[in-house]
Amino acid sequence: MIRLVRRPQPSRAWAWATPLLAVALTVLAGGLMFALLGKDPVAAIRTIFLDPLFNPQYAAYARPQLLVKAGPLILIAVGLALGFRAGVWNIGAEGQYILGALCGAGAGLALYPMEAWFLFPLMVVAGALGGWAWAMIPAILKTRFNTNEILVSLLLVYVAENLLASMAVGLLRNPEGGGFPGSRNLSQWDAAANRELVAGTGLHWGVVAALIAVIMAYVLLHRHITGVHLRLAGSAPRAARFAGVDPNRLVILCLGLSGALAGLAGIFEVTGPAGQISIDFNTGYGFTAIIVAFLGRLHPVGILLAGLLMALTYIGGELASFTLGIPVAAIQAFQGMLLFFLLGVDILTHYRPVAGRDPGRVAGT
Amino acid sequence: MDLSAISPALLVAALMAGATPLLFAALGELVVERAGVLNLGVEGMMILGAICGFAAAVGTGSPAAGFAAAALGGAALALVFAVLTQGLLSNQVATGLALTLFGLGLSALVGQGYVGIKPPSTPRLDLGPLSDLPFLGRAIFSHDAIVYLGLAATLAVWAVLNRTRFGLSLRAVGENHDAAHALGLKVVAIRVGAILFGGAMAGIGGGYLSLVRVPQWTEGMTAGAGWIALAIVVFASWRAGRVLMGAYLFGGVSVLQLNLQAAGAAVPVEILSMSPYLATILVLAVMSARRKRGTAAPASLGRSFRAPG
Repeated sequence: MIRLVRRPQPSRAWAWATPLLAVALTVLAGGLMFALLGKDPVAAIRTIFLDPLFNPQYAAYARPQLLVKAGPLILIAVGLALGFRAGVWNIGAEGQYILGALCGAGAGLALYPMEAWFLFPLMVVAGALGGWAWAMIPAILKTRFNTNEILVSLLLVYVAENLLASMAVGLLRNPEGGGFPGSRNLSQWDAAANRELVAGTGLHWGVVAALIAVIMAYVLLHRHITGVHLRLAGSAPRAARFAGVDPNRLVILCLGLSGALAGLAGIFEVTGPAGQISIDFNTGYGFTAIIVAFLGRLHPVGILLAGLLMALTYIGGELASFTLGIPVAAIQAFQGMLLFFLLGVDILTHYRPVAGRDPGRVAGT
Repeated sequence: MDLSAISPALLVAALMAGATPLLFAALGELVVERAGVLNLGVEGMMILGAICGFAAAVGTGSPAAGFAAAALGGAALALVFAVLTQGLLSNQVATGLALTLFGLGLSALVGQGYVGIKPPSTPRLDLGPLSDLPFLGRAIFSHDAIVYLGLAATLAVWAVLNRTRFGLSLRAVGENHDAAHALGLKVVAIRVGAILFGGAMAGIGGGYLSLVRVPQWTEGMTAGAGWIALAIVVFASWRAGRVLMGAYLFGGVSVLQLNLQAAGAAVPVEILSMSPYLATILVLAVMSARRKRGTAAPASLGRSFRAPG
C-alpha cells in the first residue's frame, strides 16, 4: 500500500520536476489519443514537438512563429499568475484581450490616415487601458459587493465576443472594404504597424513587452513588499489581514495588471500577426494562458519557458493537422490534458509517497 | 418589429424547454457545492455530455440511449475531477478550469464527424387530455419527458437534501468536513458521489441542448450555459427551489432575446445576444450586494480534505 506523508516544506526539487513529469505524461497520453484516432503516435509527437524546430522543410516558417505565438501567451500568463498567487482568479483574460484590441485599434483608426510617430504608442496605451477597464468590472464588483470574480470575468468574455462581432461589422468596419466585415488592415498602415523587429525571428513589440513583463513581475514578486503581500494573501489570507494587507487593494491591483497585460497582448496582435479587427481574430490565447501560468508554476521565469513550449504545441499542432490530418481540436484536448497532469503530479511537491502501512496507526483504525 | 408574432403559449413552452439544460446542470452543481466541492468544470461536462448524447442517439437511433450516454459522458469527466481533487488534493478552481478546457477540446475532437447531422427526434410525452387544454396544453403539457424529469429532479434533490439522513450527512460534509470526519462520515466517498452526480446532471443538460434544443452538434455549442448554471447556484443561495426559479429566469432571458431577434427588434443582434450574460452578471452583483458579508455558501466550499493521521 502506498500512502502520502506531508513534507514539512514543499520540495524544491519536485517543484522543478513536476512540470517536466507532467509534460512527459501528457506526451504518453497524447500518443495514446493519437493512436486511438488511427494516427502513428510517434510521428504525431515528432511532428508536434520536433518538426517545427528542426525539419528543414518547415523550420524556416515555423521558428519565427514560436515567438509570435509565445509573446501573447507569456504576456497574459504573467499577469494571471500574479492574481492566481494572491487567490484572485481572473479567468476572463480572453475578454480583456479582445477589449484591448478594440480600444487600441479604435484609437488608431479614429486618426486614420495620420502618419505620426506617436500613433503606435498611443494605440498601445489605449489597448492597455481597454484591457484594464474591462478587468475593472469584476474588480469593482468584487471589492464593492463581494461578487465572485471568477464568474463575472468569465461571463464578460461572452459579452466581449459579441462586442467584437458588433464592432467588426459596424463601427470599426473598413469603409473601403466592400461591405465585408473586418477593420482596415493595421499591419499595412505604416504608423500603426507592429513590425517584425529583426527579420526572420518573429520578434515584434509584443514579444519585447512580454520579456519586460517577465522581468517586472519577477522584481515585483521577489524583490518588493507587494510581492510578499501577494504571496501571503494567497497562502494565508487571515495572516495577511493581520499583517495589514488590504485584500481589496490586491484585487484591484491583480485584476488591473492582468487586464492591462491582456489588453496589450490584444493590441500587439491586431496590429501585427492578425493584422486587423475581424469577428474571430481572437484564438483563445486568454484561455491557453491559464495553462501556461500553471505550467510555469506561477513563476515569471517558468512562464517564459512554458509559453514557448505551449507555442510549440500550437505550431506543431497546425503542422500535424496539415501533414498528418490530425484534427486541430486534438491539440486543444492535448493542452487540456497537460493541465490535468500538472495538477495531478503537483501533489509530489507537498507530499511524499511512502510504501507500506502507517506505523503510527493502531491496527483496525 | 412585429411583437404579435410572439405567441404567449409558445413563449412559455420555449421558456420551459430553454431552462431545462440550465436546470439540470445547476441542480447537479448544487449538490456538489452542498458537499463542499466547487467544480468549475460544468461547461466542460455539459459539452462532453452534449456530444456523447448526440453520438449515441445518432448511432442507436434512440434518444433515451442518447441521454444515458450524455449522463455517462458528463460523469466520466467528473470522475477525473474527483480523482484529482479528492485523491490527489489538487486545487479545485484550477482543476475545474482544466475540466472545461479539456472538455471543449475533447468534444470538438469527438464531434468531427457529426457536424450537419440531425439527431433522432425526442418524442413529446403523451399526457392525454391535459395536452388538449386551451392555453396550458400548449404551454406546459406539450413537452418531452426530460422537461418533466427536470422538475421531478428538483423536487427529489430538495427532498433528499432536506428530508433524509443522507442529505444531512452530505450537508454536514459541506459545512465542516473535519467535524463530519470526526463523526465517522466518509467525507471523500460522499464528495466523490456528489461530484459524479453533478457530472451526470451536467451531461444530461448538455445532451438536452444537442438533442432537443438546437438540435444538432456544433463546436462550443454550450456557449457559456455551464457558467450561467454556476451563477444560478449562487443566485439560488444553494437551495433547490430557488435553482428552479433561477433556471427559469435565465432561461427566460435567453428565450426572450432569441424571440426578439426573430421578430426583428430594432436592437442590434449583438446586444441581444450578450443580454443573458449581462443579466447574469447584474443579478450576481445584486445578490452579493444584498448579502454583504454572511454568505449562504457551504462553509467548507472549495477546501481540500485529507483525513488526519
